[in-house]
Amino acid sequence: MSKEKKTLSRRKFIVRGGLGTLGVLAVGTYILRNPIRRKVLGLANSMDTAYMGSTNDPMLWFEITEQNTVRLHSPKVEMGQGSFTGLAQMAADELDVSMEQIEVVHATTATGNIDGMATGDSTSISGLWQPLREMAATTREMLKIEAAKKLGVDPDQLLTENASVKGNGQSLSYAEVAMGVTEWDIPDTPPLKDFKAYKYIGTPVARVDLSDKVFGEPIFGMDATMPGMLYGAIVRPTTIGASFESADTSKAENMPGVVKIIEEDDFVGIVARSMTEAENAKQAITVNWKTQSELQTEDIVTMMTVGNGKSTIIQKEGQALKGEGVVEMEFRSPIGAHAQIEPNGVLASVDGDKATIMISTQVIGLTRKEVANRLNLDEEKVNVIPTYLGGGFGRRLHTPHAVQAALMSKAVGKPVKYFFSRKEEFQHDMFRPPTHHILKGRLNKDGLLEGLEHHFVSGDVGNRSALVSDIVPSILGADIGAIRGGFLQYTKVPNYRSVYWHVSLPFATSWWRSLGLLANTFAIESFIDAMAVKSGIGPVDFRLRQIADDPLGIRLKETIKSAAKKAGYVDQAVNGRAMGLAASIDSGTPCAQVAEVSIEDGKIKVHKVTCALDPGIAVNPDQVRAQCEGAIIMGISAGLHEQMYVENGSLQPTIYGPYEMALMKHAPKEIDVVLLQGRDRPGPVGEPPLGPIAAAVANAVFRLTGKRLQQLPLKLS
Amino acid sequence: MILEFKLNNEERSVDLADENTPLLWVIRDIIGLKGTKFGCGKAACGACTLHVEGEAVRSCSYPAKFAQGKNITTIEGLGNAKAPHPVQQAWIEEIVPQCGYCQPGFMMATAALLNKIPNPTDEDIDRNIINVCRCGTYYRMRKAIHRAAELNQAITPKTDTDV
Repeated sequence: MSKEKKTLSRRKFIVRGGLGTLGVLAVGTYILRNPIRRKVLGLANSMDTAYMGSTNDPMLWFEITEQNTVRLHSPKVEMGQGSFTGLAQMAADELDVSMEQIEVVHATTATGNIDGMATGDSTSISGLWQPLREMAATTREMLKIEAAKKLGVDPDQLLTENASVKGNGQSLSYAEVAMGVTEWDIPDTPPLKDFKAYKYIGTPVARVDLSDKVFGEPIFGMDATMPGMLYGAIVRPTTIGASFESADTSKAENMPGVVKIIEEDDFVGIVARSMTEAENAKQAITVNWKTQSELQTEDIVTMMTVGNGKSTIIQKEGQALKGEGVVEMEFRSPIGAHAQIEPNGVLASVDGDKATIMISTQVIGLTRKEVANRLNLDEEKVNVIPTYLGGGFGRRLHTPHAVQAALMSKAVGKPVKYFFSRKEEFQHDMFRPPTHHILKGRLNKDGLLEGLEHHFVSGDVGNRSALVSDIVPSILGADIGAIRGGFLQYTKVPNYRSVYWHVSLPFATSWWRSLGLLANTFAIESFIDAMAVKSGIGPVDFRLRQIADDPLGIRLKETIKSAAKKAGYVDQAVNGRAMGLAASIDSGTPCAQVAEVSIEDGKIKVHKVTCALDPGIAVNPDQVRAQCEGAIIMGISAGLHEQMYVENGSLQPTIYGPYEMALMKHAPKEIDVVLLQGRDRPGPVGEPPLGPIAAAVANAVFRLTGKRLQQLPLKLS
Repeated sequence: MILEFKLNNEERSVDLADENTPLLWVIRDIIGLKGTKFGCGKAACGACTLHVEGEAVRSCSYPAKFAQGKNITTIEGLGNAKAPHPVQQAWIEEIVPQCGYCQPGFMMATAALLNKIPNPTDEDIDRNIINVCRCGTYYRMRKAIHRAAELNQAITPKTDTDV
């Protein structure tokens, strides 16, 4: 038994981490030849990413309390995806504690591991599946080693259950074992339990955060407080591309409650005694902005057209389609807002060379680095304390407002809390970029596709993101986020290709839950449906016959069969209702959905959605279902209701309501989720079910009306 | 002004510099109860829903002066872990919340709905529950609202007006 700290399974992480480590991948490999590039991009579409943090010290992960409970310091943030619960299940099973004996808290930069990358990409459960269980099993063995010393027996004679170590007629609680131990022996990673031995993994235990969320506990960034805290506000431009030139703050300075007005190179901040006073003072400041934009939505649409910008072939087999009989259709998706209900916000306290930042963020490490750099502090002296997130959806993959709050706090010598107004949320979002797609196909004499092409253009998703090294786009040639879902999954077709075009817009576009998947799947699966109708083969068989029999293809086909069967799919309108089917693969998780739709008062009404998802092992089947339900409703919201537009250089609208979103009345009354287990480990869940929904609804509308809707949000007139 | 009101059955008195301060900020930042959420500041999302005399009110757009002498209930006063309100009990049974941020507003809106319509139909729910949830928990919420109505009726004897 070694006293040295062991590096657990590092080799495995590096192998599986290939895609999470795009920054690392970049090192030393400047130019990838095109076929290799396509191979790498193809992997990016079909694989999920691993956990990117330290796993060599179990002491950083678990704490044993005097009450004989275990506290798990989660390196991933809880933003609604339910990962705290799944992580607790995984840890409890290997630690031999009950769900009541385990508690999950966010690790802070001072108290534990944080993920080096982010919480996102639907990887909290899948990425921690191996390392967390190994860490828990190691901790259990460490407790046995110490218990053996205290009981004077051999560790092999001891058993663990219910947070206690037993053997030789004696029993010690974990708390009793841990008492007084200052130096722990860390053994080699023990073998993990057999899956059948798990008590919690694979069962629908209730969310660990349920009580806090039902009784209104102060768990969000917005709820954070510190003694003596003041409130900040930032003046922001209302037009695209405007930058700060100068400000007249004289009137605001004398307003009630105002403590200080701060002018930095890039912003004006107000610190006041209350939120309302800070907001009022902000209104009284006149700013001169450099450059005025006159952009309109039509300009954006023109820019975002296939053929503009730079292209990369991301998939290619056989010949390009030419000549007679080629069917061509185009599709568009609009600018989308995150519209998470908790505005971006932060509480910052800068005290001499130290800073404390309490924040709803998906990027703990990046936020710490940005604060340290701008305030010229040691990174070690900046403690970022993540809170529960009132929605993430990718919006909080960049939270530079921590820097602004920290500068305001430094200027007044007190903690400053600052959050966006709703108007600022809508105008300064990192939007889902608009897209344009051209699909081409030709049927052979058997009614199957002889050729299939997807040409598409998108704004930045991963490119220009603080999370992705600038070098990555130049190596891969394509935006790793925009291409998600842009690959053709019908690879039995002899000739196919997918060509990505990239255009950067003059405002920020970035990560939005499922990235390119929503728009790409809408376009591809609408077109496949049109070709299936033309072929007369029918949408289920048309798909099944053209998906390859590789492992992922086989799993995809199972989800399609399963969704069609469970929904009782019929390929025609019956009594004013019709069904539509669509399917996609995202990060190795296939998903198929059938939407049952009618037209009521000239509007599309979704009554029921049947969803078959194959995530592999569902650690918590109830929360996997919850993610499917939520993704379907968010997809209906984005696919049938939402769009931002640009008017005289200004992003609009700026409030819920005018920014139409799905409400209770728009949500399907029935959502039937079928979970398949086509592999023996958990895969991504939070984003994949957002793929098929928009196309499934559009395909149902076609069967009702004969109209092929080619633009999101789907509208009949 | 001196604002006096009852909050979750406790008498409160607050000295307000600006009587038009939204009630939301009085409760969150002066009194310090954080269960009532800020979402939009324009009464457009419902995250800040609380009860004024048993009626659902969006407190981000409700000037504090109107609360003078009134009974205010927030999520913290609706129930607690030992004695959950039927709406909270139903939310637990159906495992409704995801991120959880909008949920207090929805639960307050639901509790107010059940006061008016003890056994709401799906149409009643569609018409009255018009808050915004970004995680898309509406599907479970609808089930929880029906369940809350059942729980509520089990503990509240029917009166003539309910029939």
